[in-house]
Amino acid sequence: MKADPAGVLTGAHYLDGDFACGEGAMAAGCRFTAGYPITPSTEVVERIARRFPMMGGLFIQMEDELASMAAIVGASWTGTKSLTVTSGPGFSLMMENIGLAAMMETPCVVVNVQRGGPSTGLPTMTGQADMMQARWGSHGDYEIIALSPQSPQEAFNLTIDAFNLSEIYRVPVLFMMDECVGHMTEKVVIPPAEEIEIMPRKLTSVPPGEYWPYHVNGKYVPEFARAGDGYRFHTTGLTHDERGYPDMSAACQEKCVRRLVEKIKNNADKIVRFDEEDTEGADVVVVSYGITARVARMGISLARKKGVKVGVIRLIVVWPFPEKRIRELAGNIKAFVVPEINYGQMVLEVERCAAGQASAICVPHGGGGVHDPNDICEAIVRAAK
Amino acid sequence: MTTVTQQTEMVAEEHPIAPYLRMDRIPHIWCPTCGIGTAVKCFATALQETGVDLDKTAVVSGIGCTGRAAGYMKLDAFHSTHGRAIPFATGLKLGRPELLVTVFSGDGDLAGIGGNHFIHAARRNIDLLVILVNNFIYGMTGGQNAPTTPLTARSSTMPYGNFERPFNLPHLAASCGATYVARWTSLHIRRLTKSFKEGIERKGFRFIEVIAPCSTLYARLNKLGTGFNLMRFYHDNAEICHGADTRDLDIDFQNKLICGKFVDEERPTFLECMHEHYKKILGDRYVPIPPEGGMIHG
Repeated sequence: MKADPAGVLTGAHYLDGDFACGEGAMAAGCRFTAGYPITPSTEVVERIARRFPMMGGLFIQMEDELASMAAIVGASWTGTKSLTVTSGPGFSLMMENIGLAAMMETPCVVVNVQRGGPSTGLPTMTGQADMMQARWGSHGDYEIIALSPQSPQEAFNLTIDAFNLSEIYRVPVLFMMDECVGHMTEKVVIPPAEEIEIMPRKLTSVPPGEYWPYHVNGKYVPEFARAGDGYRFHTTGLTHDERGYPDMSAACQEKCVRRLVEKIKNNADKIVRFDEEDTEGADVVVVSYGITARVARMGISLARKKGVKVGVIRLIVVWPFPEKRIRELAGNIKAFVVPEINYGQMVLEVERCAAGQASAICVPHGGGGVHDPNDICEAIVRAAK
Repeated sequence: MTTVTQQTEMVAEEHPIAPYLRMDRIPHIWCPTCGIGTAVKCFATALQETGVDLDKTAVVSGIGCTGRAAGYMKLDAFHSTHGRAIPFATGLKLGRPELLVTVFSGDGDLAGIGGNHFIHAARRNIDLLVILVNNFIYGMTGGQNAPTTPLTARSSTMPYGNFERPFNLPHLAASCGATYVARWTSLHIRRLTKSFKEGIERKGFRFIEVIAPCSTLYARLNKLGTGFNLMRFYHDNAEICHGADTRDLDIDFQNKLICGKFVDEERPTFLECMHEHYKKILGDRYVPIPPEGGMIHG
C-alpha cells in the first residue's frame, strides 16, 4: 500500500542522517516510538517527538532502554508500527527484549547509531563495532535482519525498507547506522506519499476461536492478530507450540526455534541486498558498509591508480549476509579487503564464506574517526600481490 | 499391559469462571495451597461482575510463579520478560488506548528487577491496573531473598535470616503517585474481589498488593507449616485499616498485616495529560492516536 501522507514530508531537504531516519520511520507508518536519550542517536526521536502529535503518533520517553524496547514490543501487538532508537550502551540493554521480539515474532525496528565502545566508550564519535552484537547479542538462537545506510538519503529510504521487512518476516529489524552517517548533513529527497510503498500490518482473516498465533500451515511466518480484536490469544517468551502455549520439551524447542531461524535463513536470497561494482576480472574486492563504504571509495581509486583491479561490494542489508555472492567471488579473486570501524567483525563473515578460496584481510579502525584512505589503498595493493 | 479404568458417571458442570480461563491449560503449575490461584480466581470474578468487554481486556505478566497468571487467563495475554511487564503493558495501552490493561505479576518481578519501571509508570500515572502477588520470596527459582522478604525471615540466599530492609509496597506506589492503592491477603476473597472491581473501574495507575502464601518455600524455610497455617496466620493477624497512613504499612516477620484501601483518588492519566496539553499548545494541528491504535489499515 501507499504511505499515509500525514507522515511524509515530501520535498528536497537538507537533513542529517538521524533526522532522515526519523522521517523514514514516520513515512513508513511508524506511530509509536519509545526511547531513552543517548548520544549520538537522540536526534532521531527528537525529530519524531516534534512531528508525531500532528499525525496521530505517540512518543514516550521511557525510564531506560530496557523499558523502551519492552514498550515497543507491547505497542506492536496492538498493530501500531513501533520504533526505538539508541546507541551502543542502550543497545546492550535492549538485547533482552530484542530476544523477546524475536521469540514472539513481533515486527519492530531498532535503530542503533553506533559510537565507539566498549562500555561508555566514545559517546560523540563514530564506530561500527556493534555489528556482531546485532547478529548475536541476545541469548539463544534466532535470526534478525540488519541494514546499514551510507548517507542521510539512505537513512530515509532504508528505514522504510526496515519497517517493511519487519512486517513481512515478523522480526525485529536492526538499523545499524554510525555516528558519521547520523550526524552528516546532506540533501535528502522525500518523494510524495503515493510513491512510497509500505507494507501494512497484515491482520489474520482466520476468525477468533479458530486462530492459533503460531500456526504456520507450512509457511514460515504466522498470521498476526492484534490485541483488542477478540482473539484472546496467548503469547510468551517461553518455548511455545502453535497455540502460543509454553511447551517445555526438546521436540517443541526444535520446531519453534528452527522456524525462527529458517524463516530468515531460507528467505535470505529475497532479503540480502548489496551494491556490486567492477568485480568482473577483479583481483581484490573491497567489502564495506555504512560510512566506511564511502571512505573506501577514495582508497579504491588510489589503488586503481597503482594498477590494481579492484571490485566493490557494499553491504546494504548486513544480516543476513550475502553468503552466496561472497562464495562465488572468492573463487575468482585473490583477496577480500574489509575496512570497518572495529577490530574485525564482518571480516569474519567474509572469511567464513570465502572458505579459504581467497583471503580476507581486515583493515581495522578502533573508532572515533574514519579510516585514512591510504591505509585502505595499501591493504588493497598488498592483497593484490 | 492394558489398564481398564472404571469411570463413575460424572455430572459435568462448568466452573463459573471457566469462561475466563484457558481450561485447556489446566491443571496449572502452582503448588497446593499457593495463593496465586486465589488471586486469579478473584480477578476473574471481578471481570465477570464488572462486565467489562473481555475482547478489549489484555493481561501482561512478567516472569516467576505469578508471572504464569497471564497464561491462564482467557484474554489477550502476554507472558513477557522478567521485570518488564509494566513497560510492555505501557506499550500496549498507549498503542491502543481503548484497551483495559492489567499487569499481573509477582513481588520479585515488579518490585525487584522491575522496580524502576514500577515507580516511573506510577509517576506518569499510566492507565494500568497492577496486581502484585507478594509471597515474600522468589518462588520459581527456589526460595531466594526478595525485596519484600521480611527482616529476619529465612530464604535460600539469606540462610541466616534476612537483614535487608524490605519494601513497603503500598507506600512506594502511593508516594510515586498511584491513584488507587490497596492491600489484601489471599484469605480476603470478597474484599480482594471488590478491590479488583474497583481497580478495573478506576483510571490511572492502580496498585493492589495481594499477600499470598508460598507453602513450598517461604513457609518451609521459615518453619511456618503449610499454606493452611499461613492462611490461619492471616486470619489472626490481618488488621483492616482503610485509609491508613501508608508509612505505617511495613510488614514485619510474622507480625500484623495491615490491609485495606489506602488511596482512592482521581488524577489525570498520562494520556489525558498528553491530550489536554497538546490540544492547548497545538490546537487543531493535534491529531491524537486513535483509540483503536495507530495502525495504518491496509
